[in-house]
Amino acid sequence: MSVLLIAEHNNKELRPFTLNAATAASQIDTDVHAVIIGHECGEAAKALSELELIKKVIQVEAPHYENFVAENFAPVIVKLSENYSHIISSANTFGKNLMPRIAAALDTSQISDITKVVSNDTFLRPIYAGNAFATVKSKDNKKCVTIRPTSFDPCESSGGSAPIEKAEAGEEFVQTKFIKREEIKSDRPELGTARVVVSGGRGMQSGDNFKLITSLADKLNAAIGASRAAVDAGYISNDHQVGQTGKVVVPDLYIAVGISGAIQHLAGMKESKVIVAINKDGEAPIFSVADYGLEADLFEALPQFLEELNKLNTIQK
Amino acid sequence: MKILVAVKRVIDYNVQIRVKEDNTGVVTDNVKMSTNPPDDNAIEEAVKIKEAGKATEVIAVSIGEEKAQETVRKALAVGADRGILVKTEGILEPLAVSKLLQKIVEKEKPDLVFMGKQAIDDDCNQTGQMLSALLNWPQATFASKIEIKDKSLEVTREIDEGLETIEINVPAIVTCDLRLNEPRYASLPNIMKAKKKPIEQINASDLGVDTTPRIEQTRVEEPPKRKAGIKVSSVAELVQKLKNEAKVI
Repeated sequence: MSVLLIAEHNNKELRPFTLNAATAASQIDTDVHAVIIGHECGEAAKALSELELIKKVIQVEAPHYENFVAENFAPVIVKLSENYSHIISSANTFGKNLMPRIAAALDTSQISDITKVVSNDTFLRPIYAGNAFATVKSKDNKKCVTIRPTSFDPCESSGGSAPIEKAEAGEEFVQTKFIKREEIKSDRPELGTARVVVSGGRGMQSGDNFKLITSLADKLNAAIGASRAAVDAGYISNDHQVGQTGKVVVPDLYIAVGISGAIQHLAGMKESKVIVAINKDGEAPIFSVADYGLEADLFEALPQFLEELNKLNTIQK
Repeated sequence: MKILVAVKRVIDYNVQIRVKEDNTGVVTDNVKMSTNPPDDNAIEEAVKIKEAGKATEVIAVSIGEEKAQETVRKALAVGADRGILVKTEGILEPLAVSKLLQKIVEKEKPDLVFMGKQAIDDDCNQTGQMLSALLNWPQATFASKIEIKDKSLEVTREIDEGLETIEINVPAIVTCDLRLNEPRYASLPNIMKAKKKPIEQINASDLGVDTTPRIEQTRVEEPPKRKAGIKVSSVAELVQKLKNEAKVI
C-alpha cells in the first residue's frame, strides 16, 4: 500500500522539511503520495508535484485551510487515509500539532519523531531527550509516523512530474478561530537548516551582549541559537531556543558560547558534526560533547574570534 | 469554570538517564521521580486562573501506578482543590492515556483540560491532541499565554516560525509550554493542608478502556557516543583547527 505524506507549506511555497519527510516516507514505501491542504496553494502544489520522490499529489483547497488549523486538517486526512498504510509528517510544531489528532481518529498509536526507518513497521526514535534510543514496532494496521527532519536528507526538489488531483474540502471547525501569526523575519539562514549555528547561553549576561553573538553569526553566515536559560532570562526570543523543548539542530558547525550544557540543551545539538564550546568554567558539561573546547572569558574570546576570522582569506558560506 | 489538569510522574529532569544492561528500557529503580515539568506549568496556570476568580475548581488527575499519588499530592499542595488517581500497571501509550482521560472528562465535565505539551520520558507530544480529537473539542497546543474570555480563550502558541494566536471556545484542551508561567513552590503549610485534600482512586480496568499497547519496544540503547574532543589554548588555535582540521569555516 502507498504512503501518504502531509505537505507543509505557506500556501505559496513548500516548507523545507517537507523534502526531508518525503525522503523518510520513501524509505517506508517508494509509492509516496502527498496531500497539500491550503487556500489558493496552487504554486506550492506544483512545487510538490516536482519533488523527485512524489508519485501523486492530492490538493485540497478552501478558505478555512488558509491558516493550517489542525481541527480543520485532520478530518481531510482521515478521509483520505483509507487508501494508505502510513501517514507521514515532520515532527515540527506543524506535524506535532496535527498528527495525534489524525491518529486518535484512526484509533492508531502514533510513533513520534523517528530518526531511522528500520522496516515498514519498525522505527528508531529518541526518548528521554535523546539520552536513549528505542527501537519500536507498530502493531497497528495503519501507522501514523512523524519524522525528525534533521535525521533525513532533503529529497531533490526537481525531476518529478506527479499528477495533481483535487479532492473535496471538508467542513470548517468553527470552535477554533485563527487570529494572527507573528513570524520572525530574518535575512539569516533558518535555525533548523543552517550550516553553522552560533548559540549563546546565560553566560551572555544580557540581551545587549548578544550583539557579540550576532557579529560572529554575521561573519560565518550562521543562524543564532540560544539555551533555554538565555530565553527564560529574556536575552533573546524563544524561536531561537535549541533543545528538548526547542529546536533540534544538526549543523556542520555548532558554536556554544556561555552555555553550560544542561541535558535539555545537549538533546537539541549534540548530533552536530563539529561542536565548539567557549566557556570560562572548565568543568561545564558542554565540554564533554565539544570537539574543540576553549576555556576562556567569552567577552575576551568573541572579539578575538572575529579578529581571527577577519585574518582569513576566505570563509565558507 | 471547572479546570481538569493532567499530571504525569516521570524521572526527574536532573537525573542522568541510564539504559538497562539487558536493553529492555531505562533504569527506574531508586531513581528520583517528579512531576513532568510542563505539567507543573499547567497546574500553575489553572491555579492562577482560579485565584483571579475565573475558575471555581481545579482538579488534578494522574494515571499510573500507586506512587503517582505523590504527583497528585504535589498538585494539591500548589493549589489544586482535589485529586483523582487512575491506577494502572505497565506501559500506557498516549492513545490509552487519552482514552482514560476521556472517561474522566465525561464524568467530571470540566470546561477546560490543561496538561504539559510533552512528557520528558517518552517525548511523544500526543496526549492533549488525541484527547481533543476523541472529544471533538478545540485544541491549543504549546501555549505560552492564555487569556480567559467569557466563553472562550485567546491563546498564544509557540510555533517554529514564531508565535500564533488563536481563539478557542470552551470546552477546550490546552497543552502548556514551559514559558507559560513560573510554577510556584509549595509552602510547608500548604503541603500539610494538601494531605487533607481528597484523592479519589479509580481502577483503570473499571473504566472500560482497552489499554493494550499497540507498539512493541524491542530494544532500548544508549545514544552513539561522541568521540572525545580536545581543549584548545587560544582563539587563534581554535580558528586554525576549524579551518584546517575540521574544515568547517
